[in-house]
Amino acid sequence: MWKSSKKEEEHSPAPVPAYQPPRPGPPGAAAPVAPVVHPEKEVSPKMADIAHIGKSVIIRGELSGSEDLYLDGEVEGSIDLKGHSLTIGPNGRVRANVHAQEVVIHGHVDGSIRGADRVELKKTAVLAGDIFTQRIMIEEGAFFKGAVDIQKPEMKPEVKPEPRKEAAAAASTGASATPAFTPAAQTPLIETK
Amino acid sequence: MAPAFFDKIFGRGDKTGSGGAVSPKDRIQRRSTGFQEFMKTVRREENIWVLDLGPTSPDNIKHITERGHRIYNEDILAEATRADLKTHSTEPGRENELVVDVDRYLAENLRHEREQFDAVMAWDVPDYLPEEVVKPTIERIHTIMKPGGILLAFFHTRDAGPEAPYFRYHIGNPETLELQRGPQFRLQRVFNNRHIENLFRDYASIKFFLGRDNIREVLVIR
Repeated sequence: MWKSSKKEEEHSPAPVPAYQPPRPGPPGAAAPVAPVVHPEKEVSPKMADIAHIGKSVIIRGELSGSEDLYLDGEVEGSIDLKGHSLTIGPNGRVRANVHAQEVVIHGHVDGSIRGADRVELKKTAVLAGDIFTQRIMIEEGAFFKGAVDIQKPEMKPEVKPEPRKEAAAAASTGASATPAFTPAAQTPLIETK
Repeated sequence: MAPAFFDKIFGRGDKTGSGGAVSPKDRIQRRSTGFQEFMKTVRREENIWVLDLGPTSPDNIKHITERGHRIYNEDILAEATRADLKTHSTEPGRENELVVDVDRYLAENLRHEREQFDAVMAWDVPDYLPEEVVKPTIERIHTIMKPGGILLAFFHTRDAGPEAPYFRYHIGNPETLELQRGPQFRLQRVFNNRHIENLFRDYASIKFFLGRDNIREVLVIR
């Protein structure tokens, strides 16, 4: 019995001190400190890469960067994180135009949001400003006052097919084969009497 | 006799005004002829501007933007009932009454370019707006709508009582609306046809649809 146990020890990885709940002891007695591991709260490599601005921080001016940002403080000015994501925490108060790859809002924003890829309004979000993005998600309960402009992803230039004979003929007479879109020429939605 | 649907929506017989059968998370399906007509117009157009005057509805944003349109969301009822917009009336004899500061209301809401919007979803908001802002709101909407643009509104046809529950309108599909209990607002009045025609007298035309649930649906052309 003992032998097999020893064998197991040899093959087992270095022992990790198990979490011990705090025990009541005499006041002033130093309790042994053991590293506590909460697997569900472990900081993932992705989280570690995110810059964090705490709720007591106030920034006035231009905030820019080239890494993902979690903002739970107050910003007045502009935020530019092109190519990276911005998460505005529940305590976040932003009075700024925001430009980022992805924007997730839990807090308050007064300003326009440009999320190149995606904008997400969580249920606690309060946004007064316009949204320009490709994809938008709004949770029930979010407050939003502003415009939503869904922008189509930029398409690669297509290889133009060979012009048809009609088009060529039209071109030769100076007329355009495809009429240009003129918003002013749009007819009213419903004909009025 | 009022249909069961009407009772369910407006909580007839429920003196508490709680609406009884409908909890805030429930949604009631409502087929609407006026809305169908409205959506026909919206669907055949491209890249138009739509103004939603109700509370934020992810469904409305989804349905409008997936057709390539742009939508502006502005909950004017919530804005018009803000406590900080209240001021004492200047009318003789009514000095002690608190009313909406209309100048401030208009300075902070419905501020858009002239003739920007092709379509407006007003829902039943005019029935709940404080009296002093109804006319200015409709006039402002007139200036920000394009000529030929379309407006959809619903009006109560009978007095459901001031505690009649306020509903949020979500687009379910191009023919059906989903109604969800919203925050409690007081039903201010019941317009009759003539009142509605007067309200929209600057507009080009107005078309009424009477639903089976005694809701008057109105399509107004700017």
